[in-house]
This record gives sequence, structure tokens and C-alpha cells, in this order.
Amino acid sequence: MTIEQFITSSLGRKTVMAATGLFLCVFLVEHLYGNLLLFFSDGGAAFVAYSHDAVHSIIIRSIEVFLFVAILLHVVQATYLTRQNSVARPVKYAVYKVNETSSWFSRNMGITGSLIFFFIVVHLWHFFVPYRITGTVGGESSTNVAQAVKEAFQNGWYVSLYVVAVVVLSFHLNHGFQSAFRSLGLNSKKYTQLLSLFGSFFAFIIVGVGFASFPILFYFGIAGSTI
Amino acid sequence: MNLTLKVWRQKNKNDKGGFATYQVDGISHEMSFLEMFDVLNERLIQKNEEPIAFDHDCREGICGMCSMFINGRAHGPWTRTTVCQLHMRAFKDGETIVIEPWRAKGFPVLKDLMVDRSAFDRIIAAGGFVSVNTGNAQDANCLPIPKPDADESFSAAACIGCGACVASCKNSSAMLFVSAKVSQLALLPQGQVERKQRALDMVAQMDAEGFGNCTNTGSCEAECPKGISLTHIARLNREYLLANVLE
Amino acid sequence: MTKLNSKIPEGELQTKWTKYKSSVPLVNPSNKRNIEIIVVGSGLAGASAAASLAELGYKVKCFCFQDSPRRAHSIAAQGGINAAKNYQNDGDSVYRLFYDTIKGGDYRSREGNVHRLAEVSSAIIDQCVAQGVPFAREYGGYLDNRSFGGTQVQRTFYAAGQTGQQLLLGAYSALERQIGKGSVTMHSRHEMLDVVLVDGKARGIIARDLVSGKLERHFGHAVLLCTGGYGNVFYLSTNAMGCNTTAIWKAHKKGAFFGNPCFTQIHPTCIPVSGDHQSKLTLMSESLRNDGRIWVPKAKGETRKANEIPEEERDYFLERRYPAFGNLVPRDVASRASKERCDAGYGVGGSKMAVYLDFAFNTLRYGRIEANKHNIHNPSKEELVKLGREVIKEKYGNLFEMYEKITGENPYEVPMRIYPAAHYTMGGLWVDYDLMTTVPGLYTLGEANFSDHGANRLGASALMQGLADGYFVIPYTIGTYLSQDIRTKAISTDHEAFIETEKKVQEQIDKLMNIKGTKSVDHFHKRLGKIMWDKCGMGRNEKGLTEAISEIRALREEFWKDVRITGAQNELNPELEKAMRVADFLELGELMCKDALHRKESCGGHFREEYQTEEGEAKRDDDNFTYAAAWEFKNVGEWELNKEDLNYQVVHPSQRSYK
Repeated sequence: MTIEQFITSSLGRKTVMAATGLFLCVFLVEHLYGNLLLFFSDGGAAFVAYSHDAVHSIIIRSIEVFLFVAILLHVVQATYLTRQNSVARPVKYAVYKVNETSSWFSRNMGITGSLIFFFIVVHLWHFFVPYRITGTVGGESSTNVAQAVKEAFQNGWYVSLYVVAVVVLSFHLNHGFQSAFRSLGLNSKKYTQLLSLFGSFFAFIIVGVGFASFPILFYFGIAGSTI
Repeated sequence: MNLTLKVWRQKNKNDKGGFATYQVDGISHEMSFLEMFDVLNERLIQKNEEPIAFDHDCREGICGMCSMFINGRAHGPWTRTTVCQLHMRAFKDGETIVIEPWRAKGFPVLKDLMVDRSAFDRIIAAGGFVSVNTGNAQDANCLPIPKPDADESFSAAACIGCGACVASCKNSSAMLFVSAKVSQLALLPQGQVERKQRALDMVAQMDAEGFGNCTNTGSCEAECPKGISLTHIARLNREYLLANVLE
Repeated sequence: MTKLNSKIPEGELQTKWTKYKSSVPLVNPSNKRNIEIIVVGSGLAGASAAASLAELGYKVKCFCFQDSPRRAHSIAAQGGINAAKNYQNDGDSVYRLFYDTIKGGDYRSREGNVHRLAEVSSAIIDQCVAQGVPFAREYGGYLDNRSFGGTQVQRTFYAAGQTGQQLLLGAYSALERQIGKGSVTMHSRHEMLDVVLVDGKARGIIARDLVSGKLERHFGHAVLLCTGGYGNVFYLSTNAMGCNTTAIWKAHKKGAFFGNPCFTQIHPTCIPVSGDHQSKLTLMSESLRNDGRIWVPKAKGETRKANEIPEEERDYFLERRYPAFGNLVPRDVASRASKERCDAGYGVGGSKMAVYLDFAFNTLRYGRIEANKHNIHNPSKEELVKLGREVIKEKYGNLFEMYEKITGENPYEVPMRIYPAAHYTMGGLWVDYDLMTTVPGLYTLGEANFSDHGANRLGASALMQGLADGYFVIPYTIGTYLSQDIRTKAISTDHEAFIETEKKVQEQIDKLMNIKGTKSVDHFHKRLGKIMWDKCGMGRNEKGLTEAISEIRALREEFWKDVRITGAQNELNPELEKAMRVADFLELGELMCKDALHRKESCGGHFREEYQTEEGEAKRDDDNFTYAAAWEFKNVGEWELNKEDLNYQVVHPSQRSYK
């Protein structure tokens, strides 16, 4: 079987979804690590240094390519799969109590995924694009990323958007994390429950609480006072 | 008890079809759901109307022929139960029950509540077997199989091929069905020789039949009358991936 | 002078089959490719035959009325399959399986056929295991066995309570493999409506595509009917709703003799009838009798609940009457004993037509074993029950669940209520050693033939026979006929015989559709069933049978005047399908009664009330009835009896005793 046949088969597409999804999870951890540097009471120095490395290190720049490819693949495969799934039942049920047998979030990964994608675009537009391309971020010519983050999180709209996106992401990951393992076949009766528990912990605590803490703590002035 | 039934009526494959409403009274709690349909059909015949066509045969939950989507659930409200084993105790007097055929591109409706599930046969024909001609076999006990493996294989082999997994899945995915057969044979030493090719061929046929993809929602497992587990889907994924990597 | 030649090979019983196999004429591979075989039915016999013949190189066409070959009613067999493997080291052998089967059949089957069955039984298990059938295993990884009725060894292989399903899926997968290769063409949702004879030989069939309603002609050098039994003549039976006699009945009317039609098996452990709406009866596997004890209260008209009746007031009537085999006596014996108790007024449940099947005793026994295993000292009764129930659940969980769904009672808590129900038909088309009927080129396999079980079938032997016929007998025996037929070119389905036969079938359909009467098909089927059950069921007598014959004739006449079939013929029409089946049952029922009436003895499942011992056991008349009755169809309601004498060379028929 050729690679092409594999990644266009139903299971192949799912494998790609799972692999890219898990890769993106790893990225989230890395991203969270960077964000956590904001909590140092050093006026944002560590975060600024980290951000500087992120833009200038050749290694990270190369990984960045993979990251964008992963996002792209994840989105492209998801679009294909969703389209295939929507034609797999040409006549719909008049009464369909699928909510009794599965959760809303497990069935609507496409919707949560689209929301997340929308947020990613906004997020990149806000931080990544200016900093990476023009070298400035936030104000006219400011290069202090930490300052820019703090400023952004003073905006109630942006904070709300950010928090909502993180909540949606958490639910997306809550299903996606353990689902990815199943799609990759890394699943056994013994560890299924453990994996699904860890998936929820990862989704809600690590990613959810982790990322949501910045906008909230900054907005209410609990964090970032030294920046 | 008295019931209102809204039943899908469709003359044939090409007919558009629609719901018809029937009042049935004098139904006993002791009846099975299909016996309630027998009563309704008998009354329709008396009125010179055409009875409702539905698939059924063994009426003891093993042949996999019966297939009704009842009040939004495959095989109705009881878990781990086929329609023929569903009894009227499950319903209340005065209830309205909506009955539809399995809905999926891979299962076209033939008439009323009957659908064409030959896609499942074609998937099995693509690789759901061990290629052993009659007479080839060695003594059965030459091949000790650990009891847990045999039991796990049996739990997959219990699939009755009714199609409830497809019917209940929001994507009309046939993964649970396919994985049950792949899993059954992958767990046994007899299935090893063709293990990789089997996974590849069966998945290819499944895709060709127009079923959707698995998004691990778990509806299939919840609705499966034989309780086939999602772990078999995971195993199919693994088998398929390994078959591709190692090929 | 008999017209029957059973073609049993000469020689010692033990070597007949071996010699036959090495001397049977062969068809060379290139000729096989040009020979077409039609297989009707896709159960254990049909699927295994179609697959095996296709593996040999024949071109096979297989037909089934269900939507998939996997749904044939073999799938519902629960308990297991016998084989003389002697894995348990308990003294089993080919001879013992042969002997048990002959004795179980009450000395009304052929020694040659039964011995062959016992010989190939082992190979069936091997074949199934190789296909990936997940039989139950011991912790050491080896195959497990359990006991079944009528035997004192453990030779039954099983897969929980779903053995038939697993075996059929094995045969089905073999069949699908051949379909995938193109060696078998599968025609699902097709019903065979007649056999086509050309120059006296079976050369094809007329089948109706049940979806389009169109009649089709199919040619075959030989035709195999693997269409199961006719238990649905009773309307209520453990058979699937679609099981029917049409294929073999149409063959019978074309010249195939019908063997021992009155030999029907009433299975002792079924869930009792709950009301008039009942559409079928559900079997509770015979394997339950391994661990369940059958009893009724000692007092007539007992009103207490089962669990409130103390031990000393219970009558374990099978253990009392048959101490050597106890609860594991053969089915006919157990059924009659239950009926006797109920008729005498000791029955239980609402209808008083049921007996208890109680697991309490063995639950405790298993509990104690488990307690010992887990080093639990002085366990309480509750603990024992809990541990014991887990064992029972592992063995019979699915059956217990099924019982609870149907009755709403939890059989772990209260004993099951059970009653006998029509289950299997030992009778069927008469076949010779080659499994060929009296019509050249027309074969019958599995339950549809009459060959191996005599007057009563032992539990777990139906699966064995179906697979033996399909996997290991027909691939050899068909060569005898086909080797003479290699020069026959495929006959065009435009041949006159095809046109003529199709026309006849069409006429029957037209006739049925044009009756436009007032009563549904089921109405007639239920009435026929009642006549058959009351007068040709577990107990039969001359008066009842004579009445039954005239009642059936009258009913048949009424049917042809007053049946209402809705819908049209050129579409999917389940009512028309049923009508054609019931029309045949209405003819068959009469023959069953006629056969039962003529057999003035009791044997196996055929119990003539006039012929019983003082203890109420079946009393055979070996001097006058040691033969297979093969009925030749002359006209509707008119048959000629032919007798095939049964020559016992090895076993000496004696009064069957399970005491």
C-alpha cells in the first residue's frame, strides 16, 4: 500500500488526525512552559528572553515548520472526514437520541475544532505575526513581549475570547486526547481508564487551568505587577 | 395498553417514503416488540391494507436480522437487546413510538423498515476469514490458546452483524463491525498468517461501501446488542497501522 | 419390492467409509471447473458444502432467503457440538459416539451413516478451530468439553451458549472467502420454489428474487438442498420465523421420497407460552441440564412460590425415574416426563403447563469449589451463592439474560419455568449413503434429510451432522454422480423443462394472489400448528391422528379459498412468501399424521399412546417397524409407502434404558 493510499484511507486519515493532534498537545505543553515564565517576578525578563529565542533559534524555527504543517494537516483531514461523514447518512433520522449514548463534545469535534482554529488565527495575528515578522508587538515600536501580553489582557473582550477558547480547547482535548490514542491503536483494556483519566487531567487541568490562568490573573491584576 | 406508532413506510428503494401513524390498542406487556408488530400487521391485513415489512427471523436475539430504530435508538430503549428481545414492558400506556429503518448510505432501504446490509457480507468476503481449505486442519489441541485470548476473541466473535453500530453512529461508521472480525482473528494464532492483509483488505472494502469514519464517540458500543467493546476498534487501528508500516 | 437402494458400502462397519473414500470415482480438476452445483440454504450444511465444493474447484451458486448467509437458523444453536475426541480421557471413542447416537435414535437410523458421522466428527472440530472458531478453553489453553443428554462422557465442544453462531460464522467465513474469489455466486433474499428436472435428473431450480418478486431460472449439474427442518409446521417452535419446508416439499412433489416425516423432536427446556400473541418459542439450551435440576412440587395444585417449597416437598422426577442419567436423559424422554407431570396436575406457573429448572443446588456446589479455590474458610451461605452465581454466569450468562428479558423474572433468584416445545425434525427427504434423494442429482444435507438421527436426535448432534455432511461427506460422495456427468454441457435455462417449471410456479403464485379471501396467512398457520401440536405432538393416538388428517384437509381447502394476501407479486411481499410456505406446510402436516398413524409403535420422539410400557416408556415394535418409512408423492393427499429395512449388524436393538 502506498503512502498516498494510506493517508487517504479512512483509518489513515484518522491516524494523521491523531498523530498531529498529539503533536499539537506536546506543543501546548511547550507553549504553557513559556507562558509560565510570565509568573516570574522579574519584570518579564525570562519570558522576553524565551520569546527572543523562540524567534531566533534555528532549531525552534525548524520545529515551527512542523507545527504549521501539523495544524494544516489536522485541519485538512478533519475537513475531509467531516465531509465524508456528513454524506454517510443521506436521509437523517426523524428522532435521534444519540445524546443518550455519547457526549455532545465527542460528536462535535468539528465545531469545537473550528472555534479553536478561529482563535488560533486571532491569536497568531495578535502576537505571533507582528513579533515574528515586524519584530514589534503591542505598541507602535515596542519589542517587550511581556508588556504586550499584559496590555492585551487588560482588554475584557480579548480576555473573554481567550478564556472561552481555552474552555472549548479543553473539551476538544478531553475527547481528542484519549481518542487519539485509540486511533493510533495504543489502547488496552488495562490502561484505557487510566488514559482517559489522564486525558481529562491534561485537558482540563494542565491545558484548561494552565492557559486560562494568564488572562484571568492578569486581568484582575493578580499577576504581572512587576511587568 | 394503547399506543400510537409512527412508522416509516416506503414502497421500495426508489420511493421517497414517509411516516404513517397507527393506533394500536390491547397490547400486552408480555409481548415482544415484534409480536406487537404482528398484531398491528394482522389488523392491517383485516383492513385490506398492506402490512409493514420488517426484517426478522430467529426472534431470539442471535441471527441479527431484526433492525428497527425505535424512538431514536437502535433496537430501542433496552441496552444489549435486539428488537426481537425487546418486550413491551419497556413502554408505557399511551406512549407514542417512532420507528424508522437503519439509516446509512451503506444500508439502502428496500421497503418500509427493511434495509440492504449486503455491504457487511462484502467486507467479510474481502478478508474476514482464515484461508484454510476443508481437510487442511491439524488436530484441534495442537494449538493451545491462552484462555484470556480465547475469551477475548470470543467476545469479538459474538457480533451478530445486525448493523446497530452503523445505525447509531453519527457518522454511520462500520468500524465496530469490522474491528470485531479483525480482532477475533488477530487474537488467535490461526489468524496470524493473513493478519496484515486482512486488516488492509477489510478496511479498503469498508471505505468503498460508503460508511463514515470513526470519531470514537462510543455510541456503537452503547447500542451493540452483544456489547462488543470499543477496544476492538483500537485494535483494528493498531492492526491497520502496523500492516501499513510493516508492509 | 422396495424401490430404495441405500447404497451402503459392503464390508465391516468400521471400514465402510474408508474404503468408500478410496474407491469413489473422482472428477479431475479441469472438469470440475465446468461443473456447476446449486446449493440451496446457507446454514451449517449449506455454507460448509458450498465452501468445500468451491474449494475443490466446482462452480457453485448458493441461495438463501435471508438477507445474508450468516443468518441461517443454525446460528441459534446454543449448547454445543459433539465429537469423539476423547480429550477428557473418559472413555469416549468413535464407536461409543456411534453407539450413543444409534441408541439415542431409538434404533431407527442406519448404522453405516451414523458410523460415518462419528468417524468424521473429530475432523469437524479440527476444521472449525483452524477457521478461528473461538471454542471454550481450559486455563491450560486446551479445549473444554461439557456433557449433554443421552451420554455418559463429556464430548461436547462449545462456545458459551452460542456454539451454533460461532460454527456458522466459521462456515460463513469460508463461504464468503469463496464468494470473494468468485468461485461461489451468492443469491441472498432468494427463495427456491421448485426443482427443475431434465430427463429425470435434477438440473436446476426456479427461485424467486424476494426483493423484486421476479422468478429466476438457475442451472446446475446437481442440486443440494440444505434447507433445514420443518418444525414450523407446529407454528410455535424454536425455529426461526422463516424456517420452512418449501424446498424439500417441492422436491418431494418432484419425486424425492420423504423419510420418517413423523419423527419430530420436542425439546424439553423451552420458555413456556405466555399468551395467544406468541410468535415463537425460545429454547433454553440443553447444557443447562448439566447444572439445573428439574422438579415439580409433590403436591397437586401447589400455590406457594418455588423458593418457599421445602426440599422434601419437591419431586425431582427425572432423577427419581432415571437414576443413571438423571437430568441428562435424552430429550424425548425428558419431554414426555415433564408432560406427564403437568398432565397429572403437578405443573407450575400461571398456566400450570411448566416445570422448574432450578440452579440453586449447583450454585451452592460451585460456590463451595470457588471458596476452596480462594481459601475462604467457613463461608456464609450468601457468600457461597455469590461465588456460585459468578460461575453460573460465566457458563450460561447469555441464556439467563435472555430468560429474564422474555419473562421478566431473574433466574438467578428463582428457578426457571420451562416446558417442551417443537424443536427439530429427524425426518426429512430420504437419502442414500451418498446423501442423494430418489431423484438423481438431487442431494439433501443436514436437518433437511432424514439420515442420521433415527427417531430422536441427541443434543449437540445436529451441528455435528450439518457440518459432517457439508465439509466431509458431500465433497466425496458427489463425485460418484458427477464423474458420470462430465460430458454434460451446461443446459440452457431456455430449455423447455425450465420454462415449464417456471410456468407452474407462476401459476401457483397467480392462484394465491387471486384468492383475495378474508383471512391472513398467519391465521391458517396458527390453526394448522394447533392441530399438529395437539394431535401429532408429544403424544399421538389413532383417533387424534385420524381426526387431524381430516381437519388438515379441510383447513387446506379453506386456505385455498379464503386466504388473503395483500400487496402485489412483483415486489417485496412477505405475506406472499409466508403464504407459499404455509401452503406446503398444509400438505406436509397431513403426511406427518399419516406416517404417525401408520407407525403402530412408539419410538424416540414418536410416542403412540397405545404403545407404551407399564412404566409409560416408549414401546418399540422391532419385528414390524425396523424400517425407515419413505413416502412417495402421488398426488396432494395421496402417497405410497416404501420401506427401507434397517439391518443392524453391530448394534443389537434393545429396550432403551436410561435407568
